Amino acid sequence: MSTPLLSIQGLTKAYPGVVANDNVSFDIGEGQVHALLGENGAGKSTLVKMIYGLVKPDSGSMTWRGQPFAPPEPRVARATGVAMVFQHFSLFDALNVAENVALGMENPPPLRDLASRIRDVSETYGLPLDPSRTVGDLSAGERQRVEIIRCLLQDPKLLIMDEPTSVLTPQEVEILFETLRKLKAEGTSILYISHKLEEIRSLCDHATILRLGKNVGECVPAETSARQMAELMVGDTLQTPTRTAQDGGAEVLRVQNLTAKSGNPFGTSLKDISFSVHAGEILGLGGVAGNGQDELLAALSGELLTTPEAVKIRGDAVGHLGPNQRRGIGTLAAPEERLGHAAAPNMSLVENALLTGAIRKSLTKNGFVNWKGTKDFAEDVITKFDVRTPGSDRAARALSGGNLQKFVIGREVLQDPDVLIVNQPTWGVDAAAAAAIRQSLMDLAAKGAAIVVISQDLDELMEISDRFGALNEGRLSTLRPTAGLTIDEIGLMMGGSHGMEVAHIQEEAGA
Amino acid sequence: MIQLERRPQPSRFWSFFTPVVAVIVTMIAGGLLFAALGKNPIEAIRTIFYDPLFGEFSFYYRPQLLVKGGPLILIAIGLSLGFRAGIWNIGAEGQYILGAICGAAVGLAFYPTESVFIFPLMIIAGLLGGMAWAMIPALLKVKFGTNEILVSLMLVYVAEQLLASMSLGLLRNPEGHGFPGSRNFQSYESGHNAELIAGTGLHWGLAAAFIAVILAYVLLNKHILGFNIRLTGEAPRAARFGGVNPTRLIVLCMGISGALAGMAGLFEVSGPSGQISIDFNVGYGFTAIIVAFLGRLHPIGILLAGLLMALTYIGGEIAQANLGLPAAAIQVFQGMLLFFLLALDLLSNFRIRFAAKGAV
Repeated sequence: MSTPLLSIQGLTKAYPGVVANDNVSFDIGEGQVHALLGENGAGKSTLVKMIYGLVKPDSGSMTWRGQPFAPPEPRVARATGVAMVFQHFSLFDALNVAENVALGMENPPPLRDLASRIRDVSETYGLPLDPSRTVGDLSAGERQRVEIIRCLLQDPKLLIMDEPTSVLTPQEVEILFETLRKLKAEGTSILYISHKLEEIRSLCDHATILRLGKNVGECVPAETSARQMAELMVGDTLQTPTRTAQDGGAEVLRVQNLTAKSGNPFGTSLKDISFSVHAGEILGLGGVAGNGQDELLAALSGELLTTPEAVKIRGDAVGHLGPNQRRGIGTLAAPEERLGHAAAPNMSLVENALLTGAIRKSLTKNGFVNWKGTKDFAEDVITKFDVRTPGSDRAARALSGGNLQKFVIGREVLQDPDVLIVNQPTWGVDAAAAAAIRQSLMDLAAKGAAIVVISQDLDELMEISDRFGALNEGRLSTLRPTAGLTIDEIGLMMGGSHGMEVAHIQEEAGA
Repeated sequence: MIQLERRPQPSRFWSFFTPVVAVIVTMIAGGLLFAALGKNPIEAIRTIFYDPLFGEFSFYYRPQLLVKGGPLILIAIGLSLGFRAGIWNIGAEGQYILGAICGAAVGLAFYPTESVFIFPLMIIAGLLGGMAWAMIPALLKVKFGTNEILVSLMLVYVAEQLLASMSLGLLRNPEGHGFPGSRNFQSYESGHNAELIAGTGLHWGLAAAFIAVILAYVLLNKHILGFNIRLTGEAPRAARFGGVNPTRLIVLCMGISGALAGMAGLFEVSGPSGQISIDFNVGYGFTAIIVAFLGRLHPIGILLAGLLMALTYIGGEIAQANLGLPAAAIQVFQGMLLFFLLALDLLSNFRIRFAAKGAV
């Protein structure tokens, strides 16, 4: 084989407390579409940032067509021929397409020439785009085209795409794939980052799989089954489930044909979700981030209103009730985003205790706040959940992530909910605190609460949940008892590459 | 190199003292401005800040302080509730005008009947008039997502046209020999907002302002509604999670600020101003925005800031008359006050570090 375009040898990058990349090596050949596959936090982004010159590796080296390659900044990487389309766009809404493209170029030509070049490129690569349109009016897919065209105008040798399909409709994905195939035919190499297995199988020549910062395997996607890739991604270190399904509890929460549009334009709408949770049971919901987790929590907490019948608590239809009315009937929730959603950053812990505790803890009388009682409640949470803080008058933002998380979970658990929904309960929390939070959830279930844990940490879900399901594209897989689940099965449920899901995608594409 | 470092906790010291520092810095910068205009800066600053309080004619100016401060405080208290929740009612001036028109219209409708019920009715009419005018931007925002800043501001100009029309048409004094302007409330006892204690400048408007300060303080610190207002401003998503209905909050905050501005208009038209006239409004609604921020959106702070602003108004007028300072210079001076306050605000959330260049 000839010299690879880019060869990566032993790249290592550590951040305080975490090794983002540990001795990663692989090659990207000329004209190859190379996939970089891995779960969230596997180190994909850090790796490409090193290639693009945004981050300097601690050790290891790269070579570009045999020459040493160590870009100190993105400008050097771009001059060498590396271009990158980021997951989040950097475009100005008020400017038009050509102006936005010009802003990203080193030596932009006059706008009129640029507009005609944009038109040429967009025709050549089948990316319909009018250079005079205002970016604010464009769809997510069209905005991405602006970013891609900006890269293509610089005639890159290696195009890096970071999760490009996460914001696209199925039709837009098809257009994008056509473009990428054309680029490949012209000899441009592409480094394609994703965790969507089906996409990678249809597009990529070669895949490198990262897990916890390490290169855990390489494969040719077309010759490898989605199941095998999922196994590599998830790893074989899953703990065996320690809980067995509880039985005998009455059904408390029932979700029936829940369909809801996300409030966020980049969000995932919920599609026909049905499940039920019994008293004393913990239901674990896995799935890759952005597949409807936030929306499901919002629909259950009352932030996202649905038809009354879609959510039932003990047989009563509650889909139309807001958060406080649901708290009144014992349904509590803890969202994923601690600062700004679960807690107000600049407000004290006492005030944040009032935020969700006012109803169930009877902290108000005729609307007047019982600050003494609220302070007692906040301090109760701080003591029982070992929240490390100098005092309850501290602003929420002054706490470390793990301590605030303990406060947020403790605040709900100590209100003795009948139904508790938590999203990412131990995200960013150290091991000891995580264990304490999990234990508190299991204790709560033992007292007869019905609990839904949404998490990306599969080990966590295996440890604490009785039944397991996965969200994919806003749909819920069939629920299975956690006991006896194999890694194969989990990978398939998460990857969404079971027969039913493929059928859905085709259906939408045809619609 | 100067670096800004975010404080883990907002500094209490600086929250209290930035207004004081801002006033001092304004005096210095203002002094330079006056010096550049060829005036003695120390004399100018003394004329603005000292003379109205302790000067030779302070017996005349001191009551003026309350007359001018009253409406500023009343309007600013209303605005501060919305500002705390991130709802920007910039059109208090228009709501002030509408309150005056509605209140005056009710009073004039009873003329010349004398009754103790007339003045309370006028207050209610003024309150409702201001509130109704504020409901236009509120409902448009809630129903169609329009920007309340633009709509409320534009409605100020509509209100001014309405005011002109009223003084020339419907509310014109039939015995006024064709001059524009309504009957004067000073000669209609039942509708007159007279001084409560003669010679003090204290009238019902000021009493209402003090009551508003106390109620706002209780609302923000003791009541769940005030908590929800603060929460919405701090973290809108958390507020929604906490069960706050944003629609209801927008309508409520706009309604309260409109009602207080309307009341201020009524107290002014029936008292110090005396009549509806084309040039009835003098910008209290806009100045109140400065007062609200100068008082750090805190009721007690607003009380003090309102009096301070009134002082610069009166002192400014004296400086114009005695020293020949241009009116624009006084306005620049007042603008500086807000500018420095907002700039110094940084200190409550950040600390300044002087680091050697290149050090990280």
